[in-house]
Amino acid sequence: MREQILTFLAKNSKMDLGELAVLLGSSEDVIRKEVEEMEQEKVICGYHTLIDWEKTDSEKVTALIEVRVTPQRGQGFDTIAERIYNYPEVQSVYLISGAYDLLVILQGKTLREVSSFVSDKLSTLDSVLSTATHFILKKYKDYGTILGKKEKDERMLMTP
Amino acid sequence: MRNPLSQKVMTIEPSGIRRFFDIANEMEDVISLGVGEPDFDTPWHIRDEGIYSLEKGRTFYTSNSGLLELRREICRYLKRRCSLTYDPVHETLVTVGGSEGIDIALRAMLDPGDEVLIPQPCYVSYLPCVQLAGGVPVVIELQEKDEFRLTREELLEHITEKTKVLVLPFPNNPTGAVMRYEDLKAVAEVVIEKDLYVISDEIYSELTYQGDHVSIASLPGMWERTLTINGFSKSYAMTGWRLGYVCGPREIIDQMMKIHQFAIMCAPTTSQYAAVEALRNGDADVAMMRESYNQRRRFLMHEFKRMNLPCFEPFGAFYVFPCIKEFGMTSDDFAMRLLEEEHVAVVPGTAFGACGEGFLRISYAYSIDALKVALGRLERFITKLREA
Repeated sequence: MREQILTFLAKNSKMDLGELAVLLGSSEDVIRKEVEEMEQEKVICGYHTLIDWEKTDSEKVTALIEVRVTPQRGQGFDTIAERIYNYPEVQSVYLISGAYDLLVILQGKTLREVSSFVSDKLSTLDSVLSTATHFILKKYKDYGTILGKKEKDERMLMTP
Repeated sequence: MRNPLSQKVMTIEPSGIRRFFDIANEMEDVISLGVGEPDFDTPWHIRDEGIYSLEKGRTFYTSNSGLLELRREICRYLKRRCSLTYDPVHETLVTVGGSEGIDIALRAMLDPGDEVLIPQPCYVSYLPCVQLAGGVPVVIELQEKDEFRLTREELLEHITEKTKVLVLPFPNNPTGAVMRYEDLKAVAEVVIEKDLYVISDEIYSELTYQGDHVSIASLPGMWERTLTINGFSKSYAMTGWRLGYVCGPREIIDQMMKIHQFAIMCAPTTSQYAAVEALRNGDADVAMMRESYNQRRRFLMHEFKRMNLPCFEPFGAFYVFPCIKEFGMTSDDFAMRLLEEEHVAVVPGTAFGACGEGFLRISYAYSIDALKVALGRLERFITKLREA
């Protein structure tokens, strides 16, 4: 049940819980209780909105930064990750297997803002060995949604 | 000049849907609930295999009965999902959709005057195919009180000395009815006793929402008198690929093969390669789509209840079949006015047989959002009728 609820909320956080109850063949009270419990347990961590910023007037630059770091004794990568994620302009921080350690996703207003964050703040951290910054040029698909594409029903209107 | 046409073809009635389609097609903002195919695109990994087969230049005929690789997968699938055992070499034939299977099965089995029992409401092609094959269609009118299942009594009533074949279309289009094991058992007893054959059209077998689908050929004594027809259109959302199959006793399949090889040669090669992928790796897609249809089914039933529109709860396919008798008009008039006044296209029950009078077929192969808009209009329409 939880997984089904989450599948719907992941696609539409504004989903009416009464309607969800109908679709899942359950009652609204049961669904509401599950959702509240998952909010308390931090299974549900927030309700965000997927925005295609390209369609707005606001300028935004998103960068993926690969960061190689020296893990610290007793703490591994956690301390350095925390130092990085505390910056409000940092959207996401992931620990990654492979050629580098942390993937930092950064959103800034301008290219300059992002590059100064990397050179002034990120690279100067003691345990950071190197960084590689990739700017996102275009988002085709985000969070499972194809951006900017309008769905059109191409079926014939009536078929037996 | 001589009349170029055959009497047999001339007497066949055109589809009852055509008139609605023509009008709906002219409208700008029509919302259709009249579509008999999935709204999902074919899952990408299946399409990708089709594309790959084209890239590899697999653009030739396959053997008449279809790629052996595909027939093997079909037999594995039927074993796994329907407890049916067929030999991929002699008992399996890949066809151009389930429709071809229906046509050539009837043509292979019927002699002039042989009677074929057709439970209605049902899909539109059985009756004309029987006529084209020289047989005599005998309609069994199913009842709403039985939830449109075929009963033993109804079956017995319509059997004569000339009866040869029973068409068994479940899960049913347009009613959404399913036959449970005990329903099939009662039918099977009569079929065996009266020495009939069954053409079981199980194209919606993956779309059942209460217990698993049961194939009549899996019942004792039925394998040897059943042709099982199925395909990829509904379960894998592959309607446009035109791919289905027929499995049954070799003596019948061999004769169907003759018609198939002269009329069709073989089913489309690209589709066959894609279908291999569908059967090997498509179970999760089928489950996902089934769950999605089930949610919409629950939504529709909930909304009809709220609107006080009587409708038995169907557990198969992707149709509901609400009753509109309270409004005192024919299904045809109701559907036409709904189309003209609210721009919602539904199919009148009579398109699927005379006993569909008083009912509408509403498809739920649409997103919840689309269903909401359409039901809003339907509700406005019936409120207006009730107030009048």
